[in-house]
Amino acid sequence: MKAISVIKPLVFAAAALPAAALVHGFYTSDLTANPGDYITDQTGTWTLACLFASLAITPIRRVTGWNDVIRLRRMLGLFAFFYVVLHLLTWVVFIHYFDAGFMVEDVFKRPFITVGMAAFLILLALAATSNRFSIRTLGRKWQSLHRLAYAAALLGVVHFWWLVKADITEPRRWAAGLVVLLGLRVWWVVQKRTAARTAPA
Amino acid sequence: MLIKQAPDIRSSEITPKGLYLKRREFIQASAAALVAAGLSSWDAELAAQGGGLPKLPNVRKSPLSTTEAPSAYDYITSYNNFYEFAPGAGDGPKKNSKNFKAQPWTVSVEGEVKNKGNYQLEDFIKPYTLEERVYRFRCVEAWSFVIPWVGIPLADVIKKAEPTSKAKFVEFTTLQDASRFPMQRTDLLEWPYREGLRLDEAMHPLTILAVGLYGEVLPAQNGAPIRLVVPWKYGFKNIKSIVKMRFVENQPLNTWQAMARNEYGFYANVNPMVDHPRWSQARERRLPSFIANRQTQMFNGYADQVQSLYAGMDLRKNF
Repeated sequence: MKAISVIKPLVFAAAALPAAALVHGFYTSDLTANPGDYITDQTGTWTLACLFASLAITPIRRVTGWNDVIRLRRMLGLFAFFYVVLHLLTWVVFIHYFDAGFMVEDVFKRPFITVGMAAFLILLALAATSNRFSIRTLGRKWQSLHRLAYAAALLGVVHFWWLVKADITEPRRWAAGLVVLLGLRVWWVVQKRTAARTAPA
Repeated sequence: MLIKQAPDIRSSEITPKGLYLKRREFIQASAAALVAAGLSSWDAELAAQGGGLPKLPNVRKSPLSTTEAPSAYDYITSYNNFYEFAPGAGDGPKKNSKNFKAQPWTVSVEGEVKNKGNYQLEDFIKPYTLEERVYRFRCVEAWSFVIPWVGIPLADVIKKAEPTSKAKFVEFTTLQDASRFPMQRTDLLEWPYREGLRLDEAMHPLTILAVGLYGEVLPAQNGAPIRLVVPWKYGFKNIKSIVKMRFVENQPLNTWQAMARNEYGFYANVNPMVDHPRWSQARERRLPSFIANRQTQMFNGYADQVQSLYAGMDLRKNF
């Protein structure tokens, strides 16, 4: 049996654990006195975590040469979508209680909501085209489309940065992670170009 | 969203002072009657709550208390902001304040007053009768509690200090001691935390210096050993762990205003019609609750008592 067949269910369980913890907390009334805010924070954090994990797959593959790791990428991306849907629902239900007028106002008036919504729409498009059929029909365009995952990550970090009151410790960490992930990409592109230029004709 | 502008009050609409004072007496008397009726129902429950901290002796009930049922002790003490202990609202302040020692503690009275002084906390409190004040507490983050504070009217303290004619504001300062407040080692806020009130706000009968909660001394995370409580203002005005009161001529710069001038003002009066730039203040979560289960009231429901302090002021500008 290949290692990935063991690792994949373990990663699945790990990614599902935060959601399970929230369900457990709900039934044991252990989500602080302000459970709405707590769930919003948690689902937001885990959206970023799963999205970043999915973006880390390619670098891991390149550095380790372990090709099978690619089989985790879609699953992690879909977990990011799962958490962002919950995150959005906390905004719809806990913050606005289905008041459409307030929600529209929020999106247009408050920049951190605007960028958060943009990130959500990207993740929605990526989740909707994460199936085999889309990959086949979109061909090369699929890859370009799915590079938007980086844009979603960037918007997500900006969303976090703009919403904190004073403590930017966490947003700064995510930003640093993004710099590393994007930096590796850029580095590899540059290397590839120089290699192509110096290679014998 | 269309935000309705509060109409300016015409002078013809302003209640004559005599009537106004009578009305206040009436309100207080009826409040007292209600308190008497209401107390019996939750008195037993209240007595059962607490954190096992030392009890405060000889606490008098107050007609200025709300009749709303107080929030549970556990919630009040495990969900709050106290940046000196932890960033953000939650149980961080509780967890990180376990070893906090509030003794010995001195409070200094400085600036434009006749009776300057440096007091041991016990001596500072001793001349006054402790009162229980059950107040609504509204955080700027749109959550709220009902909190049974124990404290002394700030007006009494100020009268004893005898401010000079130059004293127009009072500035309060929190203890600066990174060995007791771990976050003061970081640059999270500009330390020490500072807050200020206009002298008439400070002298208002609702304004107290709290030293207790649920009949016991204040737990560290709620601002031990002495903190400000101004119930018609957002929580961040209610500065904790005070070591200095300074009477000054010019409006002091409070910490959150210094941090983000566009988001936090000097007055910070609870106002459902003036949004925080990043969220609405129209509603609030009376915790524990998942959703905003209450409309926020003007001046946190204390409009009758305090709106005259702000007559003629543009509250949208002076947020």
